[in-house]
Amino acid sequence: MIFLRLYLIFFFLIALLGCRPSNKEGVVITIAGSTSVQPFAEKLAEIYMEHHRGVIINVQGGGSTAGIRSVKGEAADIGTCSRELMEEEKDLKRIVIARDGIAIITHPKNKIQNLSLSQLRDIFAGRIRYWSELGWVHKRIHFVTREEGSGTRCGFEEMVMHDVPISDEALVEDSNGSVREIIAHDPHAIGYISYGIVDKWVNALSIDGVEPNLGTIKGKRYELTRPFLFVTKEEPHGLARDFIDFVLSPEGQKILEREGLVGIR
Amino acid sequence: MKEKLIEKTLMLLAFSAIGALLLMAIFIFKEGMPVIFKVGLGDFLFSTHWAPTKGYFGIFSMIVSSLFVTTGALIIGVPLALSCAITLAEFTPLRLMRILKPTIELLAGIPSVVYGFLGVVLLVPLIRDYLGGPGLSLLACSIILAIMILPTITSISIDAIQAVPYSYKEGSLALGATHWQTIRMVILKAARSGIITAIMLGMARAIGETMAVIMVAGNALKLPSSPLSPVRTLTSNIALEMGYAAGDHRAALFATGIVLFIFIMVFNVSANIITKRWRRE
Repeated sequence: MIFLRLYLIFFFLIALLGCRPSNKEGVVITIAGSTSVQPFAEKLAEIYMEHHRGVIINVQGGGSTAGIRSVKGEAADIGTCSRELMEEEKDLKRIVIARDGIAIITHPKNKIQNLSLSQLRDIFAGRIRYWSELGWVHKRIHFVTREEGSGTRCGFEEMVMHDVPISDEALVEDSNGSVREIIAHDPHAIGYISYGIVDKWVNALSIDGVEPNLGTIKGKRYELTRPFLFVTKEEPHGLARDFIDFVLSPEGQKILEREGLVGIR
Repeated sequence: MKEKLIEKTLMLLAFSAIGALLLMAIFIFKEGMPVIFKVGLGDFLFSTHWAPTKGYFGIFSMIVSSLFVTTGALIIGVPLALSCAITLAEFTPLRLMRILKPTIELLAGIPSVVYGFLGVVLLVPLIRDYLGGPGLSLLACSIILAIMILPTITSISIDAIQAVPYSYKEGSLALGATHWQTIRMVILKAARSGIITAIMLGMARAIGETMAVIMVAGNALKLPSSPLSPVRTLTSNIALEMGYAAGDHRAALFATGIVLFIFIMVFNVSANIITKRWRRE
């Protein structure tokens, strides 16, 4: 008998737990969009949810364009985007939450400190094949790219390659970390990673004479800078407003900087 | 009555394993086939242009790379594994072998990511400095895989050699054959179906290995032109890109899985056929 009673109590508890997120307005918001912003949005959402019990923030990927489409179709409350808005998207509200620089890295022994955007494009298109063409030793250039679908690759293709495809001779790695690992050990390699995870084992090149650092990325003087945007259909209100305020607050910005982005303040 | 019940339950459990395999196969085919029909079987298998986000799905260079890498692993691994097996089974005192065999089998227990890491840190720089190229290459990949399949081939071959009846060996020696002649002409012949099975199993492991391969192969899409070229295998293609893949891209990765599935099926079935034929002879 006692077991039955315990079982019933247990059952009711489960049922109660199941009911917890009841249909209160505005307790759930959905964020969808860029896969580059996704990990940061997840981190922010996680910390925000720790502060606000009972609030649920769903973070989904899908890509910048898909994010904007889902905001327009009201499938998501906030869209994330890792590029500037296009002309026909300008009717949406746009909030810059952080900036990300794509750093071009080489081995510290590499004598080359500066590249122009077009030289960079020629390297990755397989048109410049030897370092001697850039004024260094006569060795093949080993260029490392990211896998198809990666947000960093997408940003690199938009800002550097334009419509030129990356050569199929490129080495392909599936994370910023393993790209850095290869460059750190191969004197003749070149690759691109998020500025936030550049360390002393690799050398970040200047592009068209501008060195990547917090200042040049914040001021958009460094060419390979992309904004991380939150996009909403109307002026955000309620929970979405509160979450965006949290992201823009000193605490939210500190989280983003700790995760490797460049804050906007 | 009770006996029947247990029998039925066991049967059900046994079939659930086969059912799982069947479901997996159906799922992979269901997800992957549409994209193959969409791009055409010929284009899918024999085009080298893979740019899934732009609508090009050709996996020819990956098929070739997978086969090269596996062949390379066998060329390096089989002689090592076989000589290891012969030495251990024929020339080593029994007590020493009792220590050495488990030690070799221990190699099979090391996680593949560790092999990959060792490859990146030790092997790749050696190849880059002494042979040229980026180091991440078909060769590096074959060497790492050869070490990974070594324990499988060695330990099954030892078992096969030891299963040869002792009277064969005695007979051969009594006819005046030397120890080496006996091994070469009698023991290896008698044990060959076991050895072939060992090699086939090693081959299946090599073509299916993913993690270590991603780390040392370089993953370039180009058709390899030398052992020093970086390559992308079928398995690493799936693992590399599945993170962000959606729509046709995701389906194309499943289709890559179908090709891999068929390869492994062909290996296993032909291993079975070869083994059976030689048993009969």
